[in-house]
Amino acid sequence: MDTSAQPPAADTIGYLHSVETGAAVDGPGVRFVYFVSGCQFRCLYCHNPDTWKLHHGRKVSVSEALSELKPYAGFLRFAGGVTVSGGEPLMQPDFVHGLLSGAKAMGLNTALDTQGFLHENVDDVWFDVVDLVLLDIKHSDPAQYQALTAQPLQPTLDFARRLAQLGKKMWIRYVLVPGLTDGFDDVERLAGFAASLGDAVERVEVLPFHKLGEAKWAELGMPYTLADTPAPPPELTERVRGQFRSRGLNVH
Amino acid sequence: MEAINQNMLSADPWRDFAVGEWQSRVDVRDFIQRNVTPYQGDDSFLADATARTRGIWDTLSVLLKEERERGVLDVSADRGSSITAHAPGYIDEQNEVIVGLQTDAPLKRAIMPNGGLRMVENGLAAFGFKIDPLVKEIWEKYRKSHNQGVFDAYTPEILAARKSGVITGLPDAYGRGRIIGDYRRVALYGVDFLMAERKREWMALKSPMTDDVIRLREECSEQYRALAELKVMAASYGFDIARPATCAREAVQWSYFAYLAAVKEQNGAAMSFGRVSSFIDIYIERDLKAGTLTEDAAQEMIDDLVIKLRIVRFLRTPEYDALFSGDPTWVTESIGGMGLDGRTLVTKSSFRFLNTLYNLGPAPEPNLTVLWSTQLPRGFKDFCAKVSIDTSAIQYENDDLMRPKWGDDYGIACCVSAMAIGKQMQFFGARANLAKALLYAINGGVDEKSGAVVARGFEPIKGDVLDYEEVMAKFLPMMDWLAKTYVDALNIIHYMHDKYAYERIEMALHDRDILRTMACGIAGLSVAADSLSAIRHAKVHVVRNEEGLAVDYRIEGDYPAYGNNDDRADSIAVWLTETFMDKIKAQPYFYRGATPTQSVLTITSNVVYGKKTGNTPCGRRAGEPFAPGANPMNGRDVKGFVASGASVAKLPYDAALDGISWTASATPDALGHSPEERIRNLANCLDGFAAAGGFHVNVNVFDRDTLLDAMAHPEQYPQLTIRVSGYAVNFVKLTREQQLDVINRTFHGRM
Repeated sequence: MDTSAQPPAADTIGYLHSVETGAAVDGPGVRFVYFVSGCQFRCLYCHNPDTWKLHHGRKVSVSEALSELKPYAGFLRFAGGVTVSGGEPLMQPDFVHGLLSGAKAMGLNTALDTQGFLHENVDDVWFDVVDLVLLDIKHSDPAQYQALTAQPLQPTLDFARRLAQLGKKMWIRYVLVPGLTDGFDDVERLAGFAASLGDAVERVEVLPFHKLGEAKWAELGMPYTLADTPAPPPELTERVRGQFRSRGLNVH
Repeated sequence: MEAINQNMLSADPWRDFAVGEWQSRVDVRDFIQRNVTPYQGDDSFLADATARTRGIWDTLSVLLKEERERGVLDVSADRGSSITAHAPGYIDEQNEVIVGLQTDAPLKRAIMPNGGLRMVENGLAAFGFKIDPLVKEIWEKYRKSHNQGVFDAYTPEILAARKSGVITGLPDAYGRGRIIGDYRRVALYGVDFLMAERKREWMALKSPMTDDVIRLREECSEQYRALAELKVMAASYGFDIARPATCAREAVQWSYFAYLAAVKEQNGAAMSFGRVSSFIDIYIERDLKAGTLTEDAAQEMIDDLVIKLRIVRFLRTPEYDALFSGDPTWVTESIGGMGLDGRTLVTKSSFRFLNTLYNLGPAPEPNLTVLWSTQLPRGFKDFCAKVSIDTSAIQYENDDLMRPKWGDDYGIACCVSAMAIGKQMQFFGARANLAKALLYAINGGVDEKSGAVVARGFEPIKGDVLDYEEVMAKFLPMMDWLAKTYVDALNIIHYMHDKYAYERIEMALHDRDILRTMACGIAGLSVAADSLSAIRHAKVHVVRNEEGLAVDYRIEGDYPAYGNNDDRADSIAVWLTETFMDKIKAQPYFYRGATPTQSVLTITSNVVYGKKTGNTPCGRRAGEPFAPGANPMNGRDVKGFVASGASVAKLPYDAALDGISWTASATPDALGHSPEERIRNLANCLDGFAAAGGFHVNVNVFDRDTLLDAMAHPEQYPQLTIRVSGYAVNFVKLTREQQLDVINRTFHGRM
């Protein structure tokens, strides 16, 4: 796979699930979000299971995708920037790099929302066009991570270390699911890890689990195993945030 | 009160002010520019309401509750109102810092029959009151009203257009409003100075005695007389306003008296306050520096002024309320903005005015309007965003668009109409219904609801599928007809308004020679744009009734809708705006040399316009409300807040110099995770919208569930305020239909 720093051709093709013109919870400010399709994770609480398969998206070229962004560039320079989310963006590194370079060329702040599993497929210069990584760490225990996502944990932790070495800013995002990710020791382990990354971690976002994606599972004919799982009560969310905060992390 | 007057008599009212041109002639802007103290900081200096302020507000709250239950608390039906018609009135005489009421008691409404006697009688009857027989006799036998004058001159064509609703809301039976007196002049100069100047200008109007000169001489005399009455009214409250204000409290009181005189005599549809906050700030700064005023006392004055502005009332009819619900008065105060020299005009008093929404709780009036610029100080931007998120009670208008047109001392009249204060007025023109005009093009001028011929001399479309080119070929001449009929009506209305219901005190607080605009307006922009888009990009079949009238449409296929930042549809909305403006401009005559403009604004009348309009080719059902103002149709802007705003921002201000209104509602979660993030994100969005050329935005931040709960339990939400096209209302005062309309509007669960 070509992972050089050369900007990918404008006609590089990728699979785009959808775009959102004004998201306020996917990076700093109000953002234009590209949801690319394709993901090798199968998180039990995924709220976008309709992005798992590449072919769930529409086939577009980088330049076509950028033309959808262009009308908002003036607004986004004030309001926030661009986030590439998914799906898992690193499944389509050339295409995603094209999007991010194009956004940078428009003078926009860029963010990449990933779980980092595939980071070894791209080399360091690939990240030159990324201002911020939103790094989703689903669990801190390898076995439970595997159970939750159907993939191993280690590559994600390696990726976090790599970002810290590159001096790349990151926001660590942790979805809090009662009974699955709320174990005290599990949170302690993750908080310790996050703190060990130093200044690279700008903030930790503890995202309370919600079931807004449940309908999508039904539409796709898949069983949703968390149907009876409640949203975390505010006290629980506060406890978990406090655990991160006590390590000196900036928590939201 | 007396004590203030006594002590200050000897003080030089202009002590410590920077000298300038403003001292030799009326020039409030020059005074502001030389003396204003721009404020770059945050809201941390603000003071809470004092116990006194809370006491007054509590006293009033009891009356407000009673008023909500009965519709109208009391009416002074025994006399036609004037500047001096009523004895002084108080809420709590001992404790009021700023005094003055429209009549002799709070919330007691005056009658102003110069606009039209029938309106007064209907208004009284609706709330169980009766007119005094002598008043009735005077206006039936001896004194003609504006309303009578207009109907003496209306043509059958205008009457038909008015009846069908293709032109609606015309100020032909009520005060036109949208005139802002420069109330600050009374504080800065005192009334005697202004009277002397007006007298000089009157004398300078010389031979030959043309219609124009005679009218202006008569008007100057009327203005002079009104100023004299203003002094009498203030004196009845114990104040001598012949002289300039000598301290902050007097500056507030003098300005308010001037405004009060206007609302004692005119029930204009919008009685706006102007751009007073940063003017008053100069006096407050002077007193703070001199140690004669504290922050608590300064805030108390502003709170008390705002309490007065909140209880301005007019007697109106149920029909009027259906059009503009919630008892609006549009006491618009314009806050902030930038100076032409690049300094901000934000002062601490800009903050103090917004702070009343915390000290007194949210309210629709005064209509607090922030003149937004990307250059505003960060601290002010953040505070505005915070207030919006907490109260949904303020609106934003793009100072960066308006300043180059109107300078840096303009104010907003009503909702979105900018005018240089004291130098410009408008002839308010309500609006023409473009969506209905499109149906007239299809039906050859026959009304789709009544079957009556409204526009004569047109042929209907006969085909079963609408052809874009054919529709356009019919629509253009129909717009010509609409513009002609509309401008004819406005010329008549404003001729008669000047003649029979002249705003003498408001005009006394203008320069003698002013710019007049003829402020036309359009309704149904998004319905017309989507209909044309459907005709062009999908296949629209016509469904006709037995008489052969097109009464419904069947759409085959999809079409791009306005509001998704898709040029295929947005360009049609732009084209409609520009084309109708051109049709207006092409009219041969505008009363008093007025410059034609137009607005894309409906306030709450989008509901009534919808009621009067049949099925439309975009798929909207007959009777369904239009989207308000320049908003995309409810539910059709599917790509989120930003795309929706980007579409609206494409409408060119140059083709709608009277303003373009957009109302956006978002849930708190859609603005960000934490309060700080929400504030920052909203402020940045406002910057982005302004930078993209967006003209106006109402910002509502609340959950749909809150509104549903307020419908079910109105008694628990007496102060719930929401923004609708150009102004704010108490949600619980809306009709049920309008409440549902608000709830059905696109809620952006994400931005």
